[in-house]
Amino acid sequence: MKTVIARFVVTLAAVLGSTAALAATPLELKSDVFVERQVVRNDGSSTVVLEKPNLVTPGDNLVFVVRYKNVGASTANNFVVTNPLPAAVAFNGTQDGREIVSINGGKSWGPLSTLRVANADGTTRPASSTDVTHIKWNLNQPLTAGAEGKVIFRGIVR
Amino acid sequence: MAQPAFAAGTLAGTDIANTASATYDTPSGPVTIESNTVTIKVDELLDVTVASTDPGDVTTSPGTSGSVLTYRVTNTGNGSEAFTLTPNLANGGDDFDPTLNQIVLDTNNNGVYDAGVDAVYVAGTNDPVIDPDQRVRVFVITSTPGTVTDGNRASVSLTAVAKTGSGAPGTSFNGAGQGGGNAVVGTTGADGVDSGFLAVQASLIALVKSATILDPFGGNRPVPGAIITYSIAANVTGSGSLSNLVIADPIPAGTAFQGGTLTLQAAALTDAADIDAGDFNGTRIRVAVGNVPAGETRTVTFKVRIP
Repeated sequence: MKTVIARFVVTLAAVLGSTAALAATPLELKSDVFVERQVVRNDGSSTVVLEKPNLVTPGDNLVFVVRYKNVGASTANNFVVTNPLPAAVAFNGTQDGREIVSINGGKSWGPLSTLRVANADGTTRPASSTDVTHIKWNLNQPLTAGAEGKVIFRGIVR
Repeated sequence: MAQPAFAAGTLAGTDIANTASATYDTPSGPVTIESNTVTIKVDELLDVTVASTDPGDVTTSPGTSGSVLTYRVTNTGNGSEAFTLTPNLANGGDDFDPTLNQIVLDTNNNGVYDAGVDAVYVAGTNDPVIDPDQRVRVFVITSTPGTVTDGNRASVSLTAVAKTGSGAPGTSFNGAGQGGGNAVVGTTGADGVDSGFLAVQASLIALVKSATILDPFGGNRPVPGAIITYSIAANVTGSGSLSNLVIADPIPAGTAFQGGTLTLQAAALTDAADIDAGDFNGTRIRVAVGNVPAGETRTVTFKVRIP
């Protein structure tokens, strides 16, 4: 029994090791976050600028940008980007609307409009953006060598 | 799911850490990678609201002390914060200015002022520290001057200001926030105020005494043998009620009280000092009328004879 477990662990470690080795080269994934700030110009009009924040307050609008690039020599297929939402952030939509979301920690997925939340009394209600826990993009086309792109979603500090 | 734990927002000092991951297929098999993690810290928002929670005007009367006005101070920010409380009893636009007895915190949190139990507030000493989205009840206890009259009203306001700072929304106090971030003034200006009202209820009494004479000859002359019927009408005006009204009247010299003629509201009273409201003690009649609401009249009658 003991030897069986030991062999299994070794096998798993070998798999993880090879994954890490592959991941190191072919694709880069970079996450950034910006906050929208109202800036009043000298003439009194105001404009919204994106700043790199260190500190935010509840109600601030955040913009998350996830950039990806295939830096390898081979094509990556079935490319999927997943972003779990930080607990303190309420989802506020994506730029392209091509995302699917989860409202139960990544167990099930779908467009937000198709998801329902169970109420305490057994009934259900349509899910709202504040219910979202995870966001996922299935980029249907193969990511060829050198190809890059980004996905953008917005959130509000709870 | 994942509803915020506090309506006031994410707690000050919380880190927001975001990491994306990606999966894809390569000729060698599926691969999962993670992005870098970007972390930002949630600042403290300074926000407070004050609300008078009395259901209506608090009634008082001329010269009364210990009138209690109740307020609720709510920390609508996202950090634990101490607040300075300041009452204002000299507001314009009202009829009188009460004087302050004291400000008391509802330390046993039962919603009712308990003298000697709830802590007296001393600014700078026991400024209430309120957690996010929590509230404290504050009693402002006042005295009403003796010179006020029925229907007079007074506005009494209570202001709560965040001790970390207040001012225009967006004002930032660097490093002063809970959890090590900044403290930023929220939409309330970190300064809340509301007014409660005192209303004076004063009742006035007017006594009107009248006499009718019936002489032995059917006329109305005050001759020996004539019976005089006295009527005393007590008319209460104003608002509220008059407590424990007692009407007493000495029997006029040179007349003799006629036993069994004392009435209250036309109902007969015995002369003995007993369970009913009236008595005659040999020199005066006395009727304990009790509480009389404003707007009502009590009438006492009795008869004497001219010997």
